[in-house]
Amino acid sequence: MAKTTKENKWELSPAPESTGHISIKKRYDLFIDGKFVAPSTKKYFDSINPATEEDLTQIALAGEKDVDKAVKAARKAYDTVWSKTSTAERGKYIYRIARLIQERAREFAVIESLDGGKPIRESRDVDIPLAAAHFFYHAGWADKLDYAFPNSDPKSIGVVGQIIPWNFPLLMAAWKIAPALACGNTVVLKPAETTSLTALKLAELIQDAGLPNGVVNIITGAGETGQALVGHSDIDKIAFTGSTEVGKMIRRSLAGTSTRLTLELGGKAANIVFEDAAIDQAVEGIVNGIYFNQGHVCCAGSRLFVEESVADEVVRKLKHRMDHLIVGDPLDKNTDVGAINSKGQLQTIENYLKAGQKDGFEMYQSKVAVPKKGYWCKPTLFTDVSQSSIISKEEIFGPVLAMQTFRTIDEVIDKANNTPYGLSAGVWTDKGSKIFNLTTRLKAGVVWANTFNKFDPSSPFGGYKESGFGREGGIHGLSAYLKLQD
Amino acid sequence: MAKKKTPSKEGLAVMKTYKLFIGGAFPRTESGRYYPLRNESNELVANICLSSRKDFRNAVVAARKAQSGWGEKTAFNRAQIIYRIAEMLQQKEELFIREMKDLGYSDSKAENEFAASIDYLVHYAGWCDKYVQVFSSVNPVASSHFNFSVPEPMGVVAACASNKSALLGFLEACIPAICGGNTVIVLASENLPTCAISMSEVIATSDVPGGTINVLTGSREELLYQFTSHMDVNGFVIWDAESADSIAIGQYAAENLKRVKSYKSKEEPSLTPQRIMDLQEIKTTWHPIERISGAGSGY
Repeated sequence: MAKTTKENKWELSPAPESTGHISIKKRYDLFIDGKFVAPSTKKYFDSINPATEEDLTQIALAGEKDVDKAVKAARKAYDTVWSKTSTAERGKYIYRIARLIQERAREFAVIESLDGGKPIRESRDVDIPLAAAHFFYHAGWADKLDYAFPNSDPKSIGVVGQIIPWNFPLLMAAWKIAPALACGNTVVLKPAETTSLTALKLAELIQDAGLPNGVVNIITGAGETGQALVGHSDIDKIAFTGSTEVGKMIRRSLAGTSTRLTLELGGKAANIVFEDAAIDQAVEGIVNGIYFNQGHVCCAGSRLFVEESVADEVVRKLKHRMDHLIVGDPLDKNTDVGAINSKGQLQTIENYLKAGQKDGFEMYQSKVAVPKKGYWCKPTLFTDVSQSSIISKEEIFGPVLAMQTFRTIDEVIDKANNTPYGLSAGVWTDKGSKIFNLTTRLKAGVVWANTFNKFDPSSPFGGYKESGFGREGGIHGLSAYLKLQD
Repeated sequence: MAKKKTPSKEGLAVMKTYKLFIGGAFPRTESGRYYPLRNESNELVANICLSSRKDFRNAVVAARKAQSGWGEKTAFNRAQIIYRIAEMLQQKEELFIREMKDLGYSDSKAENEFAASIDYLVHYAGWCDKYVQVFSSVNPVASSHFNFSVPEPMGVVAACASNKSALLGFLEACIPAICGGNTVIVLASENLPTCAISMSEVIATSDVPGGTINVLTGSREELLYQFTSHMDVNGFVIWDAESADSIAIGQYAAENLKRVKSYKSKEEPSLTPQRIMDLQEIKTTWHPIERISGAGSGY
């Protein structure tokens, strides 16, 4: 029942999503060649719920031998089965996976929120439906690739190694696996060590779908497992989503080899608000841009630029909105901001908060209570930061917004582009010609005008400059998984 | 007033000093260094500038300065300018064929390469206002948004041209790049550099803005590190990279994740828009669609 507070404001009663319908095993093995097998390392690591710090399950740690086994299984499946499967049949397998995800969507959503800390509203309404949509979209491409690349004779590449991050665990697995399979490749996927669960549930689902053994292999572990995968001599392509630092390491280690590479890396997106914008909508967009998924988003709108004449109004409304964000139990359907994914990440974010304060910038945190247990960070806003400060240069990967003001279009474009990153950007104005001026001059792979953080399987995603190379999604994303004739 | 004298046919020919082409000007290398270019009979053809890393850095500054202007020209305008290069080149047929023959080309080989070079320019002039249409898409997203993806220039491109060709290899190293709105710094063929410099003189009189194409001569081995590691270069292309070099290229390029394309020289030039797309980024833009009666309209 709803209750009122002292100030006579209405508060929402808890509305927890039930967990009774899901099953999590005590321990998960590696998914290799269609079977769950124990790791050669004989080691398992704990996977915890970041909102409660309680153990959820144990995950197998894949060593070099396991990586080799998975790559061999993928190679065998590529040579003997998958490359010989007709393109239409390939598509039908992928459609099956899409449908099975839709059928089990709520279960996946709950597990995603338990394992990663993201609000159930987001895992239920964004992550899982989009993951299913990615399989559905790419399934249809399998027998139509000649139309996507006329005169280029598109051919599959072979065995693909894929490494994904912890911020959108199942969605990133879908972004990677769906186009790889549609283009005729076989896969060895490594999820992030803190969020392996939905990838392993996906492995179970792939078994149910009857996908031939070895076409998709899922191996779990941390950085060393990923390194072994990148370093394996029989991998034809690596697709990596993660930090720019690790992306560069992978680029170096693959130098001079014939292994193909696509990288989807960090970002520090500019979100630009002009005085003629619909301010209330812009404020919603700012909130969605930085506090969506606790700010664990590579394309998060983490640098806010507001035209000087409306800065006071925007800040006032933004603080008001921040105070009304509900931070807490990820499984509560009313929660806006969930738990920080891991203790380590919370530490990183807190270090940035200290750095911002040390630099003398004014910090505002929303006036909300956070649970005692678990990893939490209140939505945070730094105002009047300098262009060269650490908090406006480095990717924080948390709910921390760094704001600056501007006076002219050229000034804000210069500031927005003055970063080694180039993943995304946002523009808020009611003037069409201004939108196109901005969107053409911002050096970023995805530009949201009067919206932010929208994703779709038909829409290519990926960065300029040090945000990586290659695209995922859409017709352009397919080329990352195909050999095209020059 | 004395009547103007014309030089007699027997008079001493005036030889051309081959210089670099940076920011629309023709400077000598700042290093003052040179290497002699000799023909098969060991006669001096020309002293060629041995460019330094400072020359390269100057060229990157010029290319960066020119990039937004060149990239924002209309596609139609870029097409006309590249076609204009073909017009300017055509009338210098004799010069280029002589320069190729001076470096050991047979008559027929020189004539063929010249003809192919003209055709190459005309082909890519035509692509300027077409590749965007061919490689763009409007994406049918499942929400009330208008969403489209278009190719955009990467920015500044550094290129090591083929060492196997005097003129066509040079054009392959710069024309697809500028066709797509990039600016470029080309290191000409080390042993066949003269046509690249004469071509720069053609480019300088074809309405190509200064800094759009910059040309250096010198040693690939010496400059490779600068070309691949420079933090303000967005793309790097090379022809016939040694396998040992390709490890270094990948490692240096990782510094700022510059895009690398490595090609093999072929007899026939590659006439494909893929060469343009190799130096493009895909940008996707979203905007809400207001549907008053429909569901799902969002900010």
